[in-house]
Amino acid sequence: MSTISTDPHHHADHGHHHPPAGLKRWFYTTNHKDIGTLYLLFALTMFFIGGAMAMVIRAELFQPGLQLVEPAFFNQMTTVHGLIMVFGAVMPAFTGLANWLIPMMIGAPDMALPRMNNWSFWILPFAFAILLMSLFMEGGGPGFGWTFYAPLSTKYSGDSTALFVFSVHIMGISSIMGAINVIVTIFNLRAPGMTWMKMPLFVWTWLITAFLLIAVMPVLAGTVTMVLTDKYFGTSFFDAAGGGDPVLFQHIFWFFGHPEVYIMILPAFGIVSSIVPTFSRKPLFGYASMVYATSSIALLSFLVWAHHMFTTGMPVFAELFFMYCTMLIAVPTGVKVFNWVATMWRGALTFEVPMMFAIAFIVLFTIGGFSGLMLAITPADFQYHDTYFVVAHFHYVLVTGAIFSIIAAAYYWLPKWTGHMYDETLGQWHFWCSLISVNVLFFPMHFVGLAGMPRRIPDYALQFADFNALISIGGFAFGLSQLLFVWLLVKCIKGGQPATAQVWEGAEGLEWQLSSPPPYHSFTTPPDVK
Amino acid sequence: MANTMLSRCSLLALLCVDSAIAAEMPLNMTKGVTEISQQVYGLHMTIFYICCGIGLVVFGAMFWSIVHHRKAKGVQPAQFHESTKVELLWTAIPVVILVLMAIPATQTLIAMEDTTKSDVTVLVTGSQWKWHYKYLEYPVEYYSLLATPAKQIQNKLQKNENYLLEVDRPLVIPTGKKVRFLMTSDDVIHSWWVPAFAVKKDANPGFINEAWTQVNEPGTYRGQCAELCGKDHGFMPIVVVAKSPDDFNQWIEAEGARLAKLKAAEQELLSMQMTMAEAMTLGEKVYQGYCAACHQAGGTGLPGVFPALKGSKMATLADQKAAHINIVLNGKAGTAMQAFGKQLSLQEIAAVISYERNAWDNNTGDLVQAADVQAAKNGQKE
Repeated sequence: MSTISTDPHHHADHGHHHPPAGLKRWFYTTNHKDIGTLYLLFALTMFFIGGAMAMVIRAELFQPGLQLVEPAFFNQMTTVHGLIMVFGAVMPAFTGLANWLIPMMIGAPDMALPRMNNWSFWILPFAFAILLMSLFMEGGGPGFGWTFYAPLSTKYSGDSTALFVFSVHIMGISSIMGAINVIVTIFNLRAPGMTWMKMPLFVWTWLITAFLLIAVMPVLAGTVTMVLTDKYFGTSFFDAAGGGDPVLFQHIFWFFGHPEVYIMILPAFGIVSSIVPTFSRKPLFGYASMVYATSSIALLSFLVWAHHMFTTGMPVFAELFFMYCTMLIAVPTGVKVFNWVATMWRGALTFEVPMMFAIAFIVLFTIGGFSGLMLAITPADFQYHDTYFVVAHFHYVLVTGAIFSIIAAAYYWLPKWTGHMYDETLGQWHFWCSLISVNVLFFPMHFVGLAGMPRRIPDYALQFADFNALISIGGFAFGLSQLLFVWLLVKCIKGGQPATAQVWEGAEGLEWQLSSPPPYHSFTTPPDVK
Repeated sequence: MANTMLSRCSLLALLCVDSAIAAEMPLNMTKGVTEISQQVYGLHMTIFYICCGIGLVVFGAMFWSIVHHRKAKGVQPAQFHESTKVELLWTAIPVVILVLMAIPATQTLIAMEDTTKSDVTVLVTGSQWKWHYKYLEYPVEYYSLLATPAKQIQNKLQKNENYLLEVDRPLVIPTGKKVRFLMTSDDVIHSWWVPAFAVKKDANPGFINEAWTQVNEPGTYRGQCAELCGKDHGFMPIVVVAKSPDDFNQWIEAEGARLAKLKAAEQELLSMQMTMAEAMTLGEKVYQGYCAACHQAGGTGLPGVFPALKGSKMATLADQKAAHINIVLNGKAGTAMQAFGKQLSLQEIAAVISYERNAWDNNTGDLVQAADVQAAKNGQKE
């Protein structure tokens, strides 16, 4: 607990708190900024590994016929791509941002549970090492999709399933510990005067996300454990021959899976709600309704899981219930989008890279929301389900939604983190290349999906050929565009124009009161909260 | 037709593609050929236009703001940050829109799920990676397999027009009749989807799902398995041929007679001996159709997933011959190895086992006859 202590003894030997040099600093660190950096760099690495798998997928789908990979390996690529992007890229990136920002935003010196913080990060590389190593086993890695539906993942899977299960267990433990830390920090370490309804929205959305994580990650752990025992220990949770039910798997999985979707988007709402007011030079419109909307989305997220399962043969009453609940989610989500637009309305806008990504987020995430609303209409869902229309939908909300918000956050807070301004020209290039390529990549997927192309197939009928070639070109271009981001990051970390404490003209909040880069222990004495 | 063009254009406008290209590439959901599929198409277009409308207003306001409220123009930012009236309004309006949308969606859904009063019932069973159709009212049942040759998939031959969407024996249904489908699976979850009927229903192992359609136009309709079901998920298409009731009756009678004849011939074949050359020819054909998906065309299998047959103990040792016949007949519980006794004729099983025991340098010289397979089958029964 020494790092959060405010007793005078620690102030006296402040010099001891400088980090040790070399690798030891990173292995032993209990500092929220170091751990935040580790999370973010880990997420970036995973983003490129998962991205490389997407490139394999797009290369195979460039033309009809089998050219590069066997169908079994193709399935492993789609599976591991999904797992890595969800659990390795998006979630750790948000946890990294939470680590860096929450203590600074609420006026705390560090996270409340620093040693657990260290551990929750350092088990992650092992989880993903196990997952990635399984690809090199005889028979290859998991090939049953990131949703690992039974019995494909039980009776009909390879021996890599055991590794998959353990790796998901470790990811889950890491997420739960991260979530506990966020909750404890926000409940206990807020500076005097930082009341609930004064907390920045990023803190609010992360608090709600953390509760979602604690609620559903154990469900995921239970699901993978049942898969493990069905496969290796003779249980029959998901096997009708032993009195189980394969559809039970989907109910449990999606009871985790749908809140998981919001785990990956609520922090994004918080980020955009920070960036848009800054570059509009105008307070966020409808702060209170943003908080209530986020909470309602989180609560509703527990009541909509079966909209992923309309074709499984549910009774019509259940289908209606889940259709109505799903449509209802559009209301609070709409409120958020309207509020962002109202924040921009009659502001004094400037368009630095974080704002560009935030605006792109609002437009493209909303397009993903529209297709989500279309998917909610059960009769139409029978046509959309398991086609590229769904692939387009969730890539709009996850890539141009979650990932664009993470990139926006990186640009927005980079000067604060590094003490240097990033290269604005390079950043604008990164933005425009990403924006154009990501739409070439994902927009035509709506068309091929509506025209009848199922997802998760390594080869397709000829009428889908032209669009698939276009989609692949967009995919390669989007992948290459992200190298610009790495280049920019390296440049910015190494040097650049020094950043002021406030960095952005319109920026408000406690993190902007600290120097850039901030001191190793953020607020050793509580700041004044206006 | 005008409506289709309109919808295509509006979708196209979003991508800014020349409309001449659009005529050749499918861009939108099919209207399909059933009353239900047309209702579904209508719902799809309605919700699409609603989204476009909302998008126009929201993005319009946003881009207005981007153009007019920029700092570069020297504007002073306003400081308003809430308005209960406005916020209530934009909570209430979406609710009204959604309720209006939910009404027709509910009506269509209830109609789609009403499988009562059907005229014909077909039991559809998915298995890795083929479909089996059984007419409950007629003595007709058969497997339906992908008909696209492997060489086209490997890009060694020009691809057919219906590449990957063609089968050896399509499902045949009568027009103007309510056809009920019962869906189930022998192994993993599959999903039977024909876009033109707006029917997509999962085939769950151990459970039976229901769906129905009524097609009024004779024709050929194509679909695919929609649920990831393993390695060859992309290679189990569905083809449905709708025939007029008269043609359907003719077809089903002929099909029934053909199957009865095959069964009778099977008994005769028991006393006949295939030559090695005949067995190898037939065996190779069966092997490529039923076995090569897992065990691979060269018998090498996929290490760690599907065992090799080439040089394997089971396919080369003389004392394993009975076990070999047994596993092909009955499959292996807990693995992807299916029981082919239900799927293939005695002669086909005999031929494919002979082929496996002699191809790829296995060279055992063993020749299995239909009678041997029959004996193995009878042995089990006792």
